[in-house]
Amino acid sequence: MSTANPVITSSPSRTGVWVGIAAITMSFAAFTSAMVVRQGAAPDWLHFRLPPLLYLNTVILLASSATLERCRRRAASGAGPAAAIPWLAASITLGLLFVVGQALAWRDLAAQGLYLATGPSSAFFYLLTAVHAIHLLGGVVALIYVWFRLVRTEANNVPSALGATVLYWHFVGVLWLYLLLILAIRL
Amino acid sequence: MADSASPSPVHRDTTEKLAQLKHLPPEGFLRTHVFSLDHKVIGKQYLDMALVAVIVGMVLSWLMRFHLGFPETPVPGLGTIAPSSGAGGVMTPELYLSLMTMHGTIMVFFVLTTAPFAGFGNFFLPIQVGAEDMAFPRFNMMSFWVTFVGFLVLLAAFLVPEGAPISGWTAYAPLSAVGKDAGPGLGLGQTLWAVSIALFCVGQLLGSLNFITTTLDLRTKGMSLARMPFSTWAWFITSIIGLIAFSVLLPACVLLFLDRVGGTSFFIPAGLVISDRLQPHSGGSPLLWQHLFWFFGHPEVYIAILPGFGIVSHVLPAFARKPVLGPRLLIGCMAAIGFLSYTVWGHHMFLSGMNPFSATLFSVPTLVITIPATIVVLLWIGTLYGARLRFTTAALFCIGFISVFVSGGISGFFLAQPSIDTYLHGTYFVVGHFHFVMGVAAMFGIFAGTYFWFPKMYGRMMNETLGKWHFVLTFIGVYCIFMPMHYLGLAGNVRRYSAFTDEYMKGSLPLHRFITYAALVTGAVQILFFINLFWSRFRGAVAPENPWEATTLEWSTSSPPPFDNFGTWHPVVYRGPDEYGVEGPSGDFRMQAVPDRGGKGAPA
Repeated sequence: MSTANPVITSSPSRTGVWVGIAAITMSFAAFTSAMVVRQGAAPDWLHFRLPPLLYLNTVILLASSATLERCRRRAASGAGPAAAIPWLAASITLGLLFVVGQALAWRDLAAQGLYLATGPSSAFFYLLTAVHAIHLLGGVVALIYVWFRLVRTEANNVPSALGATVLYWHFVGVLWLYLLLILAIRL
Repeated sequence: MADSASPSPVHRDTTEKLAQLKHLPPEGFLRTHVFSLDHKVIGKQYLDMALVAVIVGMVLSWLMRFHLGFPETPVPGLGTIAPSSGAGGVMTPELYLSLMTMHGTIMVFFVLTTAPFAGFGNFFLPIQVGAEDMAFPRFNMMSFWVTFVGFLVLLAAFLVPEGAPISGWTAYAPLSAVGKDAGPGLGLGQTLWAVSIALFCVGQLLGSLNFITTTLDLRTKGMSLARMPFSTWAWFITSIIGLIAFSVLLPACVLLFLDRVGGTSFFIPAGLVISDRLQPHSGGSPLLWQHLFWFFGHPEVYIAILPGFGIVSHVLPAFARKPVLGPRLLIGCMAAIGFLSYTVWGHHMFLSGMNPFSATLFSVPTLVITIPATIVVLLWIGTLYGARLRFTTAALFCIGFISVFVSGGISGFFLAQPSIDTYLHGTYFVVGHFHFVMGVAAMFGIFAGTYFWFPKMYGRMMNETLGKWHFVLTFIGVYCIFMPMHYLGLAGNVRRYSAFTDEYMKGSLPLHRFITYAALVTGAVQILFFINLFWSRFRGAVAPENPWEATTLEWSTSSPPPFDNFGTWHPVVYRGPDEYGVEGPSGDFRMQAVPDRGGKGAPA
């Protein structure tokens, strides 16, 4: 039953990603609770409109998850690494595009006079988006590593790192949806 | 479905995969000794770092104790090392506080977490589950080196102009967050502290990731969860606690760092005037830091002590020559302690201005957590009952562990109740309590582990005579140091003060002097340990494969083990870890990896 999809088997790298997901979730839970407590601590919470660019960035990130899923299925189908690599390249590009978009959203906010130290709401905005971007860039590094592995492996042999990295990438996407939601509600 | 006794397909897959990935012996000095990927070398690196850290931390405690006992007597050389804060050899209160801060930080993070968990755990967890290495050797190497850089960054705080931070190991905001207006050492020194602890968190998260994954995925054939040694169980539970705790401390350190250098106001309230200066911050919550810190800080106590539980449960049966009483219950209690450790953090904050109803809420689980802890102690005592104990040094330290853990634990019953804690919280009662239950107990666990595993790690035996002297003198010494602190606390002797020279406190001075003498002598006794450690490393009797007639997998390979732990042989596990007092092929024990009909397990 487990041979149908060789990427989805129990492997240390997959377990490792799940453990990592638990740790990262806990960290963002800590940030979230700090945000809730800080908002209630004093009447200095500045409400502002999120830069609209964030929604475009969200679409880009979701698209990267879709292309990466496509990459995983191509690799698992036995079509060989060559068939999967274009999709991998597309995912890396979209991921980097997301980070660039986030940087532009920061500039948009700074142009409105909202900086890290302006108030608690802008501080949390910069903090959460930056920490998320660091995790996403970690995913990009992992994808580049997978690329090297794909090039080196023979056909029909899918590196276990691919499945694990795809799982991580989807998680970073879901994490962004969560962050966007709480930022939209709170700010 | 495969039952727990026979290997599941996952295990077989993993074993085959490992056979393919079988790593080659390391080449070159750097790969072998410095940036090693071998979990055994990394474990030794952690232990060596902890050894350096414990010497630094102990020297700091001597300086503090000397000043508490003899507030006006100059310390020779102190004026040279610290010209401004230790002018003439007599330390200022600020210098005392910086020593206290660094003592606590170094001991809690870089000794009590690294040695029993990261040190012994790295060396023995993969061997005890029958793996060739950790799941992610590169992450494992990073784990040590990031932690080591964190240690150097912390030590650098001694060298910056204003000196080390003075905010205690808990770094309470807002004084830790506002910068140098709050006192010497709270400028760059405190920033270095925040960076150091953040690095430490990253290092330990990478370590926990490896521990959990290795335990779940790399167990050898036949090593079901129920057959894992207690020490492996303890490290596994500890790594889960650590994963959650350090995931919260890391964001807390980031927020503290931003408050200090980024101009944010997460922890600094509005209108705060420090050193006659209005601080340019608004609206932060000092309590927020305490909640985040203690959400990590209380589980940290169990990160320090649970590996000791594991070591005692692992070592004691080998010398009692009988299995631990209630093995399932023991593991269940350790897991229960791990879970409950996340529900009690507020008991550190009874006096912090928290809602009194919350205090009651935190008091209940604090009292409840004593139940599994008490059960574990009773199980150990039940294990000892009727045993023909082999009085080795390791066994003595296990018994010492039980003693100091009970002594320190009992005072916890009192402190768990807000009404009593209100009086005792700021006194030496708490100092005595946590040094016994967390500090000394964890140290005794480290000693027991060292005397027990040294032959496996270095291939030589430690000297038992020196070891027994070390135990007896240390055991008496720690009681002389920390027992009187309980009486001082009951008498209202406040903690964190650098000297008790005021008229109304003078009565406590003779007892403080006694504690100082005891601390200096007990510290000096540790020289016996250091001599034993270094002498045995090079000159000790050559250790056989299984000197203690123990059962677990680490005793089925050579001393020290080869780089891939078992050489060409893949261990297969046939039984639980605790088969003592039975009729076995070579004595009153049966080893995990030896099948019933002779031979050394299955061929590779």
